[in-house]
Amino acid sequence: MAASRAAVVGSLFWKCGSCSTGTFLICTNVNTQLLSRQICATPAMRRKNLAAAGPQKFTEEFIKKQVEEFNIGKRHLANMMDEDPQTFTQEDIDVSIRPRRKHHPGDQVFPRQTAVQWGEDGRPFHYLFYTGKQSYYSLMHDMFSKILAVEKYQDRLRSKNLFSLDTKQISLAGSRWLLKEELEESLVENISDHDFARFIQLIERLVALPYGAAEEEFVLGYRRQLEVQSSKQEIQPLQYDQKGVAYSTADGRRKMSTASVTLKDSGSGKFTINGMDQLHYFPVLQDREQLLFPLHFARMLGRFDVDSSVTGGGRSAQAGALRLAISRALLSFLPEGQVEDMRQAGLLTPDPRVKERKKPGQEGARKKFTWKKR
Amino acid sequence: MAAGFVTKAFRGLRWPRLPAALVSCSGHAYGTAAAAETAALPTLHESTDDTENLLRLSLNQPDFFRLSEIFNLKDLFNARVHLGHKKGCRHRLMEPYLFGSRLDVDIIDLEQTVEHLRLALNFTAHVAFCGGVILFVSRRRQFSHLVESMAKECGEYAHTRYWQGGLLTNAHIQYGTGVRLPDLVVFLSTLNNVFQQHVAVRDAAKMNIPTVGVVDSNCNPSLITYPVPGNDDTPAAMELYCRLFKMTINRAKDKRKQLELLRGLGSSAGPL
Repeated sequence: MAASRAAVVGSLFWKCGSCSTGTFLICTNVNTQLLSRQICATPAMRRKNLAAAGPQKFTEEFIKKQVEEFNIGKRHLANMMDEDPQTFTQEDIDVSIRPRRKHHPGDQVFPRQTAVQWGEDGRPFHYLFYTGKQSYYSLMHDMFSKILAVEKYQDRLRSKNLFSLDTKQISLAGSRWLLKEELEESLVENISDHDFARFIQLIERLVALPYGAAEEEFVLGYRRQLEVQSSKQEIQPLQYDQKGVAYSTADGRRKMSTASVTLKDSGSGKFTINGMDQLHYFPVLQDREQLLFPLHFARMLGRFDVDSSVTGGGRSAQAGALRLAISRALLSFLPEGQVEDMRQAGLLTPDPRVKERKKPGQEGARKKFTWKKR
Repeated sequence: MAAGFVTKAFRGLRWPRLPAALVSCSGHAYGTAAAAETAALPTLHESTDDTENLLRLSLNQPDFFRLSEIFNLKDLFNARVHLGHKKGCRHRLMEPYLFGSRLDVDIIDLEQTVEHLRLALNFTAHVAFCGGVILFVSRRRQFSHLVESMAKECGEYAHTRYWQGGLLTNAHIQYGTGVRLPDLVVFLSTLNNVFQQHVAVRDAAKMNIPTVGVVDSNCNPSLITYPVPGNDDTPAAMELYCRLFKMTINRAKDKRKQLELLRGLGSSAGPL
């Protein structure tokens, strides 16, 4: 390579003779370098880097074509099943085609993807395109602009002595922040955990500002409502016996004991277990406290007559089973808000703890045999 | 040193600069790989002749966009552009640009700054005039929002976030095939958050993309095509730079639209 270059330069020298100036020589040198540069390409380099290509990208036309083909297929299927093509729903499709092959419309199979990001002249559309994460960074930029605007407003109020801290704050109760996956879905971009943490930090900063309530709409767009857990509780309706007295029954379990309880309204606070009075059946105070706790919590101690039966387990397990049964029976008598209070007090949660099995090679569930060093 | 040679070369050679300008404006510079040849241009023959004429027109005068009116030395002084870092932070290659030091604080020579800034703004204006992609880079978190807003307002691009390694050098895998790389990178601060030279300086040099950069007294000006010695820490100075760059780019784009309109009127009046 150096020899060939030298030969070229040498020939030029020979041609020009005495008229070679310094700059001219440099130019020709550069030219010959460019012309004779060899780019080595090994087979390994030429092989396509599949891993770096990312997830398979589909163009708009391809997706449209797939959607059209799906619709044509749907019409053929409707004709085959002797049904009206216009009113052939997705459920009918699933029923008529056996579950092995799914036949879904285009937008369910192909996830939402970004279209080409630049115009005909090659200039990208978005001003943050070259960062690589344009939607995420533009969101951060917009949020920060909002923070600056609110702070400017606060400064204006301060200058006029109208600033006060007892303003209405954005209420975040009963909702949770967007999850990372949900944010990724809405931005159609991959976000790292660090980025997500930064996003949450910034939006919490916006919420914390005294006059941040101006951006309430924007902030609540990034919150998701939490389901009220108590709505999942099934409450039996009240039953009435011949005399018109309301009563309810419920069951409860704890460890190896099961209990069944009947609560009768307008009673005197009588408590019967397996035909015996609760004082005789449970001589220990702790067990009796467990029985009375649900009624005490709902402030309905003297109101009910309790008739119950319990089998299996030991003293404490039977008390626990009875407690759960009483709480469940009590739900029918309670107003709306108190059901959630009972749930939060832990009265409606069945205790999952049971006796752990013994394992081979050990004395008991956890206890090991004596360990000898030698 | 390389920067000095290049500026002298650009000042000295007039005509060879034109193909280079054309080449960079059409995005066929070595920055974009062979795939960019398929990227569309105004490919009609008449329009390429027109663009050539427009470019020749812009290169005929030394200060085509009259950028010397935008600022003067007093503005730079008021914006505290002359304040450098302490003597201990001084970079050896910045010594020619320093006026001196006072109480251990380095003072940047504003007369040199004015000259360098004129060159830099002129180059930016010409790139914007040709429809080039300009990328503003700064890793100073204080001014990130300012730089991004400025880029948005003048219709150019900004990157004031964490620089992922292959953004310029591995562009076809980062962005997709057929992407157009920036034609000019403007550094409003050449250092990153750990006071090391920003990776983009080296990468732009690798990809043959010209750079304009504000170099403070602790920065390395060697790889930057059009260094502008000046303060990059004070909000006043940064706001001044943003304002100047925005004004130059807007002027250049307005001038281009104006000339195209005139051409349009001229060509419509011609056949009649």
